[in-house]
Parts: sequence; C-alpha cells; structure tokens
Amino acid sequence: MRAADVPYEKVTVKNFPKGPDSLAPGHRACQGCGEVLALRLLLKALGTEFIAVSATGCMEVCTGPYPQSAWRMPWIHVAFENAAAVASGVDEATQILSKKGRGYDRRIPVIAVAGDGGTADIGLQALSGALERHHKNFVYVCLDNEAYMNTGIQRSSETPFGAATTTSPTGSRSKGQYTWKKNMPAIAAAHNVPYVATANPAFQFDLMSKIRRAAAIEGPAYIHVYAPCPTGWRMKPELAIESGRLAVSTRIFPLYEIIDGCYEINRKVADPKPIADYFKIQGRFRHLKEDDVAYITERVNADYERLVELSEKFPVKAAPQA
Amino acid sequence: MGKRIGIEVSLAVAEAVKLADTDVVAAYPITPQTHIVEHLSELVADGELNAAYIPVESEHSAMSSCIGSSAAGARTFTATSSQGLALMNEMIYIAPVLRTPIILAIANRALSAPINIWNDHSDIMSVRDAGWIALFADNGQEALDMTLASYRIGEDPAVSLPVSMNIDGFTLSHFIEPILIPDQEEVDRFLPPFKPSLQLDIKNPISIGLLGAPECYTEARKAVDNVLRNSKKTVLKAFEEFDAVFGRKYNLVETYRHEDAETVIVTMGSISETAMTAIDEMRDQGKKVGLVRIRLWRPFPDEEFLAAVAHAKNVAVVDRHMVLGCSSGPVGLEVRSLVYTSKLRPVITNFVLGLGGRDVTRDNFKHICDRASSGEVQTRYELVGVYE
Repeated sequence: MRAADVPYEKVTVKNFPKGPDSLAPGHRACQGCGEVLALRLLLKALGTEFIAVSATGCMEVCTGPYPQSAWRMPWIHVAFENAAAVASGVDEATQILSKKGRGYDRRIPVIAVAGDGGTADIGLQALSGALERHHKNFVYVCLDNEAYMNTGIQRSSETPFGAATTTSPTGSRSKGQYTWKKNMPAIAAAHNVPYVATANPAFQFDLMSKIRRAAAIEGPAYIHVYAPCPTGWRMKPELAIESGRLAVSTRIFPLYEIIDGCYEINRKVADPKPIADYFKIQGRFRHLKEDDVAYITERVNADYERLVELSEKFPVKAAPQA
Repeated sequence: MGKRIGIEVSLAVAEAVKLADTDVVAAYPITPQTHIVEHLSELVADGELNAAYIPVESEHSAMSSCIGSSAAGARTFTATSSQGLALMNEMIYIAPVLRTPIILAIANRALSAPINIWNDHSDIMSVRDAGWIALFADNGQEALDMTLASYRIGEDPAVSLPVSMNIDGFTLSHFIEPILIPDQEEVDRFLPPFKPSLQLDIKNPISIGLLGAPECYTEARKAVDNVLRNSKKTVLKAFEEFDAVFGRKYNLVETYRHEDAETVIVTMGSISETAMTAIDEMRDQGKKVGLVRIRLWRPFPDEEFLAAVAHAKNVAVVDRHMVLGCSSGPVGLEVRSLVYTSKLRPVITNFVLGLGGRDVTRDNFKHICDRASSGEVQTRYELVGVYE
C-alpha cells in the first residue's frame, strides 16, 4: 500500500481522545511551555500502546526525576544523542520477539522524542542511520524549541537567523545567530522514508493526526514540531500558542507533509502576515532592524515559494479515506 | 557430545551466539572483531539464526541499540575492538546501571594513537570501572565456552548486568583451532531462555533511565556495585553448571605449576599459553616458577587470587596496557592494592609488554622471572621488549 493510502483516524473536535493524558500532570516544565504541550498532545493521540524513547533534554528532565515519572507507557531514556539508535533496538527487538512467539500479536509503535540539539546536531548521525535502516515501527519526533534550552539557551543549528542566544549573543559585531535554520524535514525526506511532516501545538488536531498517521504507516517517520519556549525566546508565558499561530501565518514555519517523496502543504498562506508581528513578541529578536527583517522576510518567502513549487510538481495524490 | 572441528576462533564465537539463540545483534565493523559479526550476518541471512541483525552506523549506536533491545526483553549481542569500544564508552557506562545484560565480545586491540590494529589490552582497560562483568579467554575453546557462559551469568535474575568476553585480537581471534562445538541440546540444558525481571512492556509500563538527583545518585551507583560484586557467586555457579553439562571446568583464577612456585607470573588472555611453555622450560632448568592467570577481571576475584599467590615469594604481574602518567599497569595496580590489604607480603613486580601487537615470547617470560626474583627492580614497573 502507498503510504498516502494507509488509513488512520484523524483527530477532530468530535473524536478528541478522552480519558487521562498519556503524559501525567505534575511535571516540572516551565510556565507556558509550548514543548510539553506538544508532547502531551502527541502522546494523547496515541494512547499508551506504544514504547517511548527520550533523548536527554528539557522534556526528559522535567518528566522523570526519580522516583517520579510522567510517562504512562513503557519509557526509556539512555543519553542525549542516541534516541534514534535506542529506538532502533527497541523496534527490532519488539519485532523479532513477536516473530519468535514471545512478543506482541500486533505492531507496537516506537516513538523517539528529542529536542533540536539532540536531533539536528549531536543526534543527526544516529537519526540518519535509523531512517536509512528503515525500521518498520519507528517514529521520530523532534521537538524544536530552536536552541539548547535545557543547558541555558545556547544556539543550535535549528536556531533561526537573527535570534539571540547565550552563545549567539548580539554585540557590536554580532546580530545574533548568523546561520539559516537547518532544514531537518528535507534531510529526513532525503532518506527515502515514507512519511515526514511538520507540526505545531497551536494546530493541535493537525499535530495529533500527524503522529497517528506516522504510527500507522509502516516504515520510519519523522515529525518536526515547532515547540515555542517562552523562557528561551524571552516571551510572555501566555504567548506560546500565539507565537505558534504567527509562525504559520507569517510562513516562518509552514505546516506540510512529505509522503513517499510527495509534498502537501496543510496550511496554505497566500497572504502572509508581517514577520515583524512574529518577532515583536519575542525578546530574542528585539535587536533586529528593519533591513534585517526585510532580509529575513525575503528568504522566508523564497523558502515558502520553493515548498509551493514542490507541492505543485510532486503533489500527494489523495486516495479516499477508508 | 558435540563435534570437534577446525574453525577460526571468531567464527566459533559467532557459533556460540547462534547456539544461544540470540534475538538481536547490533554491530559495526572494526578490525579485528569483524569476522564475528560477518559470520553472524551469514547465519541470519541463511536462516540458521532467527535474529534481527541491525547494521548500525557506529559503535555508539551499536551499544545504544543493544541497550534498547535488551530493555525490550531481547537476548542481545554485539562485538567490537579498540576505537569501537572507545566510541561506545558513554554507553558502556550506562548499560550496567540500566541493568541490560548485553553480551559483548571484544577482540582486544590497541587504542590510537598511533593508529594500530594489533593486540593489547588498552581497549578493555579503558572501561575497567564501568560496571561490566569482564571475562578473559585464553584459547579458542575457552572463547566459545566463555561466550556461552556470559549469557548464563549476565542474564541471571540475580545479576542482570552486561558481560564483556575478551579475546586477544588476531593472536586469538584469527587463529584456526580445533574447537568442540556443543550440541544444541546441551546448550539448551545449560542456558535457559532469557526472562528479564523488568522490561519495556505495554502491559506493565515502567520508566527506565530516570534522572538521579544528589539524593539518590550515590545509592543508585552503590546498588549496581553490590550486584556486580555479588555476581561472583553466579559466575562460580555458572562454571559449575558448565562443567556438569559440558565436562569442562573453569575457575575465576586459573593456575599452572604454582603450588611450590617461588615466583609466579600473573597474566590475562592468550599470552598465558606462551607463559606456560616458558614455565615448562624454566622448570626443566630447576627454577620454581608458576602461573596465575585471571579469567574473571571484573568483579575482581579477591579471595581466589590471594589464595593462588599465598605461597609465592615473588609475584610478577604482566600488563598489556601502559597507563600514561601513572607508575604502574592496571593489573599491577589491582594486585598491589589487594595484596597490601591482606597479610601476604610477596615482592610484587610489574611488567608491561606486548603493546600494539609486539610479539610476546617465551624469552620475555624468562626475563620477567629473572628480574622478579633478582631483587633489583627499583621502579614500580618495567617495560619489557622495548627498543631503546
């Protein structure tokens, strides 16, 4: 079956999963954390019949101080850079035990969760290996808060151009981060995996539906999640969702899927809002001048137009939902 | 009764992994370990071993995948050498504390730099303190037997710790030896199926690898240390059961002509066989020399070792690793600190030799015995066979 035809149940207002959260309350995330909200929604969409693997990072630290754990499904954390490799082992073990009559009688998704540093920087090799090896029940979620927040807001390769962090500070010779955000979804897609998507907790049904789709499709899947971080972005805690909406409506973080190499933009933005609207609620961009914003706007629009071209040239041909 | 065949030692290790009905192998190629995993790939490809072979992209990911696999309840094996073990290092320290009984065959090889693919013990010594059970094999039969024993020991519910099975790279791993390959029925009698007491299970969800704050970190480490120390009993029991099933008796510390020896040489690994030949020749000349070789390196068998050297006047400890900036080799340090806390007062000398594949000869051992009994050794260790 083509990945695009694999049936899955979309999350809507009407069928929003009931019952307790799969990620228990009482964890120690910062006030207004958009990352833990995204994680909670992703896990809730799946229930508890899966195995979770965490990389070291904010989400691991805030959910698992011994003897407490917020994870209501089997969960393992080993280290920072190897969530993909650990998940590879879990998936292959689960499959072979089933084949040998000592395991489950159905597919068990293995969900690896890591931050942007654990994915795009130190974890990139392990992720590339895992995607290339094509583990059947492997879903990798990058919760991208655009810097090393757990260690105190240091820049990563996912920190956006112009953002000030503690290792990309502004100064007389610096306007903050001087490199463009690494395109992780494109890197994941280059591994010929059946499913790649971007998601955002401000679009919760879309986010939850995507992890269900990722888990339903046989083969590795990669979901890159926008994870607003009020603490690290110097933003009011109540603005995480607002920043998520603006990230999409300004084209900064488009929502799309790449299914078997074909593109579909989930939220088309014909008339983008000014990027300055997105920047002004975040202290990390406050030093940027008009010409900086103009340069960023031009590049963001070019990236978006390229995505539109790809979606027109290589569209996902929809099949009727079962 | 099994079948004795001429087989390369690496392949015999792989045959043991097959006989153990291993579920998952995650491995990355590195010389001189590669023949083990090449043969395992073939066994999986031919359907002789019903296992998942994960061809990972690095040794770091090999050990990471093994931790995930073992935590998910699968019998798990990998093999490495030298730089591979060094790259695994971070994971090597985590596996014991997560109580994942992974079996790791190490074809021991020198660590860079300079880059060198040949044998010494610098790789295993770099993970000396990590919490793994460490066994050494001297010859091909022992390599196969210790591999089988590793599963029995590591997976024992009282232990649940990873085990490294060490064979000297090339000088043992690549030799073809007559090795008795046991029957599957015998192996099944010795090695029960892997039944982890805790695992990642959707019916009984647990969290593995939680944050250990200052309030519990020491206790968590201490708990693993207790288990590792107590694992000696399981090793002894496993060796007894091994003897009962296969008729080959192994000890934590092996000895050769040591009862009346005034000078005993202490070794680990395949050079022990060269040492035994040298001892025979020295005995023929009337010299009272013997051998003590350490099979179980971690946990260190304190009582058994002290008993083996109790009557010796001179203890000559051989190391295959040079600890830079320290005035002794790791085995030398171990023996000196152990003997100092006992009532024994032999003269302990320490000799470092056979680094990076430098040949270890009978003459080396004769030289060591002469030096150890000469009363002339003033330094805390001597380098043997070095070009000045």
